[in-house]
Amino acid sequence: MSLNVHFHSYDAVIVGAGGAGLRAAIEVSGKCRTAVLTKLYPTRSHTGAAQGGMCAALANVEEDYWEWHAFDTVKGSDYLGDQPAIDIMCQEAIDAVIDLEHFGLAFSRTPQGKIDQRRFGGHTRNHGEAPVRRSCYAADRTGHMILQTLYQQCVARDVNFFNEFQVFDVIFEGEGTERRCAGVVAYELATGDLHVFASKGVLFATGGFGKMFRISSNAHTLTGDGPGVLFQNGLPMEDLEFYQFHPTGIYGLGILLTEGARGEGGILRNGLGERFMERVAPTVKDLAPRDMVSRAIHAEIKEGRGAGPDKDYVYLDLTHLPPEQIDAKLPDITGFVRTYLGIEPKKDPIPIQPTAHYAMGGIPTNVNAEVVIDTNNTVMPGLYAAGECACVSVHGANRLGTNSLLDIVVFGRRGGRAMAEYVSSVGHPDVTKAAADKVRDHIERLKSSKGGEKVAELRTALQETMTRNASVVRTEESLKEAKATIDDLRKRYESISIDDKGSVFNSDLTEALELSHLLDLANGLVVGAMARQESRGAHWRDDFPVRDDVKWMKHTFAHQDAEGNVTLDYKDVVGGKYQPMERKY
Amino acid sequence: MTTTIAKTGSVDAMELLTVHLRIKRYNPEVDTKPHWEEFEVQQKASDTVLNALHNIKWTVDGTLSFRRSCAHGVCGSDAMVINGENKLSCVNLISDVGTDLVIEPIRGLPVIKDLIVDMEPFFAQYRSVIPYLIAEDDPGYKERYQSQEDRARYDDTTKCILCACCTTSCPVYWANGEYVGPAAIVNAHRFIFDSRDQGTERRLDILNQKSGVWRCRTSFNCTEACPRGIKVTQAIEEVKRAILYDRV
Repeated sequence: MSLNVHFHSYDAVIVGAGGAGLRAAIEVSGKCRTAVLTKLYPTRSHTGAAQGGMCAALANVEEDYWEWHAFDTVKGSDYLGDQPAIDIMCQEAIDAVIDLEHFGLAFSRTPQGKIDQRRFGGHTRNHGEAPVRRSCYAADRTGHMILQTLYQQCVARDVNFFNEFQVFDVIFEGEGTERRCAGVVAYELATGDLHVFASKGVLFATGGFGKMFRISSNAHTLTGDGPGVLFQNGLPMEDLEFYQFHPTGIYGLGILLTEGARGEGGILRNGLGERFMERVAPTVKDLAPRDMVSRAIHAEIKEGRGAGPDKDYVYLDLTHLPPEQIDAKLPDITGFVRTYLGIEPKKDPIPIQPTAHYAMGGIPTNVNAEVVIDTNNTVMPGLYAAGECACVSVHGANRLGTNSLLDIVVFGRRGGRAMAEYVSSVGHPDVTKAAADKVRDHIERLKSSKGGEKVAELRTALQETMTRNASVVRTEESLKEAKATIDDLRKRYESISIDDKGSVFNSDLTEALELSHLLDLANGLVVGAMARQESRGAHWRDDFPVRDDVKWMKHTFAHQDAEGNVTLDYKDVVGGKYQPMERKY
Repeated sequence: MTTTIAKTGSVDAMELLTVHLRIKRYNPEVDTKPHWEEFEVQQKASDTVLNALHNIKWTVDGTLSFRRSCAHGVCGSDAMVINGENKLSCVNLISDVGTDLVIEPIRGLPVIKDLIVDMEPFFAQYRSVIPYLIAEDDPGYKERYQSQEDRARYDDTTKCILCACCTTSCPVYWANGEYVGPAAIVNAHRFIFDSRDQGTERRLDILNQKSGVWRCRTSFNCTEACPRGIKVTQAIEEVKRAILYDRV
């Protein structure tokens, strides 16, 4: 058996065609020879599943300033976000929304015809006084509209897409300070051929890795391929232990129900019908940040006030909202509830539970989306990352709702610009087809293995342990259990065998390769979480329930060595005008 | 406070049902023509057809091939023919479609492997209608305004996820692959009726050609097939009227 290997040469390669990748492509295309690689079709990307909106202090419906947005983001991050990066994001948010409007995005409008804005968790007026209407939205399918609009603009620019090309390795050349990124190795799903893309610049925008959890809002394809490939190549990952659990996933399934439902007036109730968020966040109530709401739900269930036969969920109650408001503002999510639960959300409260949603951590970058490879912020020339796969860090320990759509357009744009400028000043890398050897060997090993371990069994075991032991609430004990399971699964991974030995659309094979990314990133997450003996944002340790600003105002850098062991070092948080204070809402 | 979850909460819904699937298979590396294979798996009534397909792939036969991603009807990857109708496998529950399932790839596009078809002709047709905003005016550093009425005018067609359920349910499309098909017209409609857009003439000219809207015989298959509930036939009719009466 021998795999065909093809060779391509580009100035810029973008890996991933969700919001960040497409936004970067718009910047790069026309300036240099660009290829956009995606393992899906661009319009299948999970940006399309985002619902509620994108915050920007347009002040279209009430007084607002980007500084207020920045304050909320810093506080929401539980002071782990880097303030200069947050300032940039909140300032450029306004630009980014106007850009999207000019691109044709079909925002919902005010009676005056301006872009409408609504409330969202953790977004407040004047440093926490009351909820503010800041989220620009398009019904409850804002992500869908952003993805479609950006794809449309790429069609207008004749962007060169390689659809259903999955990247499994990254290429570097040179040593020491001369070392730079030189391309990627991709696997063509339709043929099973390998493609070496030599490129001066590579931008990863592969999204999240929520499929390491059982209850998850993430697509099946969110397997952390970009971070996984870089982690396996010895590059560090930042803040993996900070993983967000969205409070309102459909019970048992994890399908997302937007925070916009609470922005429109929806209320969370426990099994007794109590509005429990009044106790937790007296000022903003149901619109507290996600980490606090998810923990509050966890507490209600743990203290026996859950609903249902097993008292293991709570309710999102929309029954008091005018039916026409539900139809106009929340048509998609109420459709999901009807489809999957068979209940009518206008009449019955909706059973929900927290669902794995978003990785705050990922590939460490600076504010130009340049990947940094150590705690001194040393840049790896030619390598960029943007969107959920990256960690700038603007979300710190807990991302505010809507700031992910903002992140992808702001840092997708910045990354695209930075890459276009960089590639205009450097020569082509010296890369040969031999760069594909590592991936080819791995594929041939998987195809010829008779080990007997099954991908789906290992993945399910990983998802079970992560949801049980490394979710909303963690302890030393639960994390040790998760670590033991992951260690065992990584050993068993060596004996994986697959049914499909073919070349055409062999998803049996690609799922096996994806699983290695999930296992490695889960390991990094758990090791980071064990070491961080404090509770901050989405990382809650029942055995260390207090935030420790003396010891832990720092980002975790996880490194994986050739044997797969993880070591940690740390980088101080970059502060600004907001000093850490107690997080009350 | 209680809600009875009709689909997952009741005892009946937890019970495992035997689901029979008859799946049209084709492996270009082995087969000369498609053939049928039968599978039996245990599923809950609240499981989706996608769950059943995954169950087969992950526990019975890893070679079964199909596209999927989001698993809740927003990405458009998993259009297929289920008991004769174009559907997304992830939004159709066993309780809705039954326990005897016949599953085939969508029609009118070349089959590559099992339930996977070549989507390139479909996307080429989408691209042919200039599916992006054309606005030559410079709005400067501010948003364009659009009234709520103007915004509502094209709301329905913004819902399209390009799953191809509509286009590949169209009998005209099956017979004539040159027809741009309902999905492309839906995406043209989204801009033709957007008050900010200035490319209407160009799009109407394209859709007035023999590969355009006049191929539509209003069979309404497309509207029935759309998993997003878009009134596809109505959108096509509105484009026809815009061509005939020059009104948008």
